[in-house]
Amino acid sequence: MAERAEEQEAVAAEVGPALPLLDALEAEAIHIIREVVAEFERPAMLFSGGKDSVVMLHLAAKAFWPGKVPFPVLHVDTGHNFPEVLDFRDRTVERLGLKLVVGSVQEFIDRGELAERADGTRNPLQTVPLLDAIERNKFDAVFGGGRRDEDKARAKERILSLRDEFGQWDPRNQRPELWNLYNGRHTVGQHVRAFPISNWTELDIWRYIARENIELPSIYYAHDREVFQRDGMWRAIGEFSQPRPDEDVVVKTVRYRTVGDMSCTGAVLSDAFTVDDVVREVAASTLTERGATRADDRISEAAMEDRKKDGYF
Amino acid sequence: MTSTPIDIVESAEAVLGSGSLFRFATAGSVDDGKSTLVGRLLHDSKAILADQLDAVARTSADRGFGGEKGGLDLALLTDGLRAEREQGITIDVAYRYFATDRRNFILADCPGHVQYTKNTVTGASTADAVVVLIDARKGVLEQTRRHLSVVALLRVPHVVVAVNKIDLVDFSEPVFSEIAEDVARVAGELGLRDAVAVPVSALDGDNVVDRSNRTPWYAGPTLLELLETLPSTDELDDEHEAFRFPVQTVIRPQGALAPGLDEDEFRDYRAYAGQVTEGVVRVGDRVAVVTPGQAPRETTVVGIDVAGRSLEEAAAPQSVALRLADEFDVARGDTIAAAGTLPESSADLYGSLAWLSTKPLREGAKVYVKHGTSTVRGLVRAVTGKLDLESFEVSPASGLELNDIGEVQIRLAAPLPLEPYATHRRTGAFLVIDPQDGNTLAAGMVGTHPGDTEDERYWI
Repeated sequence: MAERAEEQEAVAAEVGPALPLLDALEAEAIHIIREVVAEFERPAMLFSGGKDSVVMLHLAAKAFWPGKVPFPVLHVDTGHNFPEVLDFRDRTVERLGLKLVVGSVQEFIDRGELAERADGTRNPLQTVPLLDAIERNKFDAVFGGGRRDEDKARAKERILSLRDEFGQWDPRNQRPELWNLYNGRHTVGQHVRAFPISNWTELDIWRYIARENIELPSIYYAHDREVFQRDGMWRAIGEFSQPRPDEDVVVKTVRYRTVGDMSCTGAVLSDAFTVDDVVREVAASTLTERGATRADDRISEAAMEDRKKDGYF
Repeated sequence: MTSTPIDIVESAEAVLGSGSLFRFATAGSVDDGKSTLVGRLLHDSKAILADQLDAVARTSADRGFGGEKGGLDLALLTDGLRAEREQGITIDVAYRYFATDRRNFILADCPGHVQYTKNTVTGASTADAVVVLIDARKGVLEQTRRHLSVVALLRVPHVVVAVNKIDLVDFSEPVFSEIAEDVARVAGELGLRDAVAVPVSALDGDNVVDRSNRTPWYAGPTLLELLETLPSTDELDDEHEAFRFPVQTVIRPQGALAPGLDEDEFRDYRAYAGQVTEGVVRVGDRVAVVTPGQAPRETTVVGIDVAGRSLEEAAAPQSVALRLADEFDVARGDTIAAAGTLPESSADLYGSLAWLSTKPLREGAKVYVKHGTSTVRGLVRAVTGKLDLESFEVSPASGLELNDIGEVQIRLAAPLPLEPYATHRRTGAFLVIDPQDGNTLAAGMVGTHPGDTEDERYWI
């Protein structure tokens, strides 16, 4: 045993340097984005203004520099978005000269094709407008900012993941994904979801935002806000999020770790005013981002799996 | 659970993330405690956060795990799908992330039953190391031999054999030594250079992250210490390998320049986007552009760009855009390589396949072969043998079934720059794809042409 250990140290002494983590993750993501653009006819990228999609779009811009990002971005608007985030979305699309396609949950509700849920949460309602936008625009590949560290079902997701004619994911019958050879072949009606930042963790995302100096919606950083407590989470007061009579409204210094629907995304108490503060905070955090901030993922152990099977992001 | 302000701990390592990336896969037979081992690695390396642990504690208690003593069923940390939790089995490869001060790990957790070859091949294809589990009470089983042969076939640089449940054999040194010897013998037969055995108890944590005082006779590293120190593929290879760069796409921004850039400056910009798959390229290097079916054309690298930043050199696995001195017609599917190093392209592919589909392979099948950034049609002219994973002998065969590993000859519709997988783990790999439904049928590894070597066997 001791000899083996010595042998290994001898080997270790000869080896060259490895690419630092963020460079390795960036290289992998850019490779995936270029593969999809090269092999598909009509790709699009989901862009919500959330940090993961912001990083993904930044990677796309790097992948094709000095060319423009060669595909449109797609946003499924729940109608309950933070105004700061919608503003950021529009500015980003403008800055990069992109085409924005919006699928609207509100329009589906207004037409009676979707029903408001009893709990008021609109995140699970995004699936229908998403699939509708994919079909109407004939997108054959849709980039998503899903990360495998977010959730147990996402941990099983392929980087290129096939969706059937109904947009469904079949986790028990996925294609093997070998080396860095991605197989995007699909038949008519099927489409592919591509997850270039599958292997990034929340901390990697923040370190990269710090390193690349990437702008984010302001609500990711600590600010004073009127909030009330529900289900152990701090909820913002807003047009779509009102306290019940027994819920006290207080002003707290908070930030958002995830940015989703206002009706189900909670804030965390935080003094992280800058990106470096956030990196330190995330590195020291004792809760997962979804556990801390997403009411919709607390419904059951398989909440994400069920939404994904139906065609969710 | 109420949100409370998060304690801020200043740790330069955690903040900077200066470690490198190490990918490993786990493989084991049913019931040898693999999910528990993975859960233990994540738990003891502090990769599990409070809300995840709460959920595991609740479910463990609901199911009466550990009897009256109670305890955490760490296997629950890794089983992600409803059916997996309900049936207590692992169905598909799951990816996990954790980090220590030295390294950031991507763990591909590969289930050991039914579709074990499909799962192990998937996990092993990108792995720097594979951890194979053995139950100390059972020793080296048929499935262990299968796992080790898949690892050998896929040329994974390192194998670590975790001899688990060492607590159930009373921490016996003779039991461990005998298993370690068996492992060394099988590894020798398979030509695995480097297979290290570690005695562990995933349930109690012995020698997983922390050294155990219950195995005083074992002076070697713990499982995690090994994973932290084994050199990764990229650390091992860069300087020794010749430069290889499959072209993904051509970047010519005319008319579609990113906003804010100067039209005049980029009017004639033209670069070839791709990922360095092997070796290193430097500005000024002579390279050959290889287009299938054409003679190689030599030119010089004049620029290496990453989004506005110019590099002097790039090494695998960096994604860059190369500018060349001559205006050749270069397209996706072409390969840029260090001049004079790429073998002549060939339309006759000899290699081995790990067959991953329930649809069997028959001679005469028409398939797609995806190699680098090329996808070409292929005709399976012959299945020339099948590997017996117990005896490691090759027996005659005329087809392949799910989980089989076999040798084939494929005639390609266009010649490709094929290099043996044995010496080119990245450029010697290919996929076999079903033209009907687009599914991936097999993982392919380029062999050497029969006649090129005295050994007629052209795999591994």
